[in-house]
Amino acid sequence: MTTEKIEKVFLSLSAGMLLVFLVALFYSAFAMGIHLPDREGEIHPAEVRSTPPFDEPGVREVGPNQYEVVMIGSAWSFTPREVRVPAGAEVTFISTTTDVIHGVHVEGTRVNFMLIPGQISKITSTFREPGEHLIICHEFCGAGHHLMYGVLIVE
Amino acid sequence: MIYLAFGALAIGIVNGLGQALNYSRVDILQYFPGMRDYYQGLTVHGVVNAIVFTFAFANGFLSLTTSRALARPLNGSLLWAVFATMVLGFLLAAYAMGTGQASVLYTFYPPLMAHWSYYLGLALLVVSTWLTGINLLLGLRGWRKDNPGVRIPLMAFVSVATYAMWALASIGIAVSVVGLLLPWSLGLIEHSDPLLSRTLFWYSGHPIVYFWLLPAYVSWYMMVPKHAGGTLFSDQLTRIVFVLFLLLSIPTGFHHQYTDPGISTGMKAIHATLTFGVFFPSMVTAFSVMYALEIGGRRRGGTGLTNWFFKLDWKNPALVAQLLAMLTFTLGGITGLINASYNLNAAIHNTAWIPGHFHMTVGSAVTLSFMGIAYWLIPYLTKRELVGKGMALLSSWIYTAGVLVMARGLISGGLDGMPRRTLIMEAPYEKATWELAGMLTGLGGTLMFMGGGAFFAVLIGTVLFGKKSEGPVDIPFTETHHPPASSGWEVKLDRFRYWIIATIILILVAYLPFLIQYLPGNFTSTPYQFF
Repeated sequence: MTTEKIEKVFLSLSAGMLLVFLVALFYSAFAMGIHLPDREGEIHPAEVRSTPPFDEPGVREVGPNQYEVVMIGSAWSFTPREVRVPAGAEVTFISTTTDVIHGVHVEGTRVNFMLIPGQISKITSTFREPGEHLIICHEFCGAGHHLMYGVLIVE
Repeated sequence: MIYLAFGALAIGIVNGLGQALNYSRVDILQYFPGMRDYYQGLTVHGVVNAIVFTFAFANGFLSLTTSRALARPLNGSLLWAVFATMVLGFLLAAYAMGTGQASVLYTFYPPLMAHWSYYLGLALLVVSTWLTGINLLLGLRGWRKDNPGVRIPLMAFVSVATYAMWALASIGIAVSVVGLLLPWSLGLIEHSDPLLSRTLFWYSGHPIVYFWLLPAYVSWYMMVPKHAGGTLFSDQLTRIVFVLFLLLSIPTGFHHQYTDPGISTGMKAIHATLTFGVFFPSMVTAFSVMYALEIGGRRRGGTGLTNWFFKLDWKNPALVAQLLAMLTFTLGGITGLINASYNLNAAIHNTAWIPGHFHMTVGSAVTLSFMGIAYWLIPYLTKRELVGKGMALLSSWIYTAGVLVMARGLISGGLDGMPRRTLIMEAPYEKATWELAGMLTGLGGTLMFMGGGAFFAVLIGTVLFGKKSEGPVDIPFTETHHPPASSGWEVKLDRFRYWIIATIILILVAYLPFLIQYLPGNFTSTPYQFF
């Protein structure tokens, strides 16, 4: 085999592998419904606490086996701090921040999104197993960043 | 410039030790003079390692490679201007960070607001790269005038391509820092737009990783084959690789913002696809560089499928550092591809996985390569022999072992939800599985610190006590097995103008839809100084 041929084989294998990965990714995204945060609208950071739905943070049932978690991040705590949802329910997090950028990671799950001042974050997930997960602020938000956390309890 | 680079690296490594030990709950930060808290140290670590060290090294190293390849000096006053700009920028940023007025990390997302001198300092550091870019272009233009119709020498081509990419890539950060954040920190603008500044940051923030990496690639393509006694196989393929980096490095920034609100999933998917595209030239590099090494190994008597690898000159510190850099970069590349994977990213975004990943890229592939380069460059510049060759070899092995152990800790912790950039030892929450992860992180970080210490011992020893010698009279760089074609389509590879226009089109495809939807922006955030 000439070297040029090895070269071509290697390059085609590289390109082919990347293509297969991409197809798998988009299959999981669009056919299996694993979604990322999208454009959900804007909000004035100073008026968060008086703007619905953020005037009443907490968990509410919005339909059969469907729940909404309205959560506010501000330095250095989440409101509400403890979230309880039933196992197997469709849970939509609607969230924003009143001050700086924060992050929300429900560890052990794929609920992982940013809170950016002026933007509303929305993400839907289902927790199948009962249990407890930390909700960790995973974006640096000042000297007390490591103090900012909450708990998700799946019942 | 090279000394400034390694001076910055020294500061960064000392701070890095503090950060690594944080994860194993060992508090040494309290003993650091002038340091108020972890986040201040982390800001210093990021700025001096990822910006000052890398920029200073690229400015110095690629000026040298270009000048040597074109066989003509670059503009001397411009070189001094680069140096002065860097020193001034570094001092301004150091003042802000040192006095605790800029503990906003090196990503400086508003509305956390640092002292104006921090933004001005960072802006000047970027300006130093622009001045270097202008210098390289002037050199190239002069050379072209004297050599009409001749192919650009390969080493100059790859150096200029690196700076052409960064010139376009740095626009985002320049607009954000100079246009929005600097006037905001001076009180001239009242509000900031966090999403817009974050997007502009990542417009530059992804290609910046290639600006860190490509000087190492220049060495892997042009110099490592020489150290190994081999030859670079294809001139043409090397040029194609650097053109692909120019084209594809920039329109990929949203893969750092997959979890951000306010950006449509469609645009995120486009950036994901392009990010997979920019992985391709790195795969080609793996092939080309390995092939050059194999030629070297076989010339030294290597036979069979793998034996040539062990026949390489494992006693040459410059080569060994860069071979180990390639080894860690394989893992760095694989983890990077996972980060870029659209929805897989949700499992690891902003966890300790991320620093686990990038310490195997910029933290070792780039850093170890630059250390390897220093092992021939410093003797070349000082006309002194390297002092402590054994220690030089050892430093690379210790550093590599350290980075692998640390990455193992950070990656496993990250998979278990351990957050990055967090003062874990004082966090009120924890998970049992983080304990081992944290111990490994601390142990690995300590080893890296020791490897770095050995490197600096060799460096300082050489500069101060190295035996005067005629030394290497030229910098080591390779010939190509297949020389550049003098006619046909390959000649068009040298027309930077076309590639730059194509890059701008790709950037517009990737960012214009977002900007049209989003502008005039959402300037509603008041500043906060939570530090």
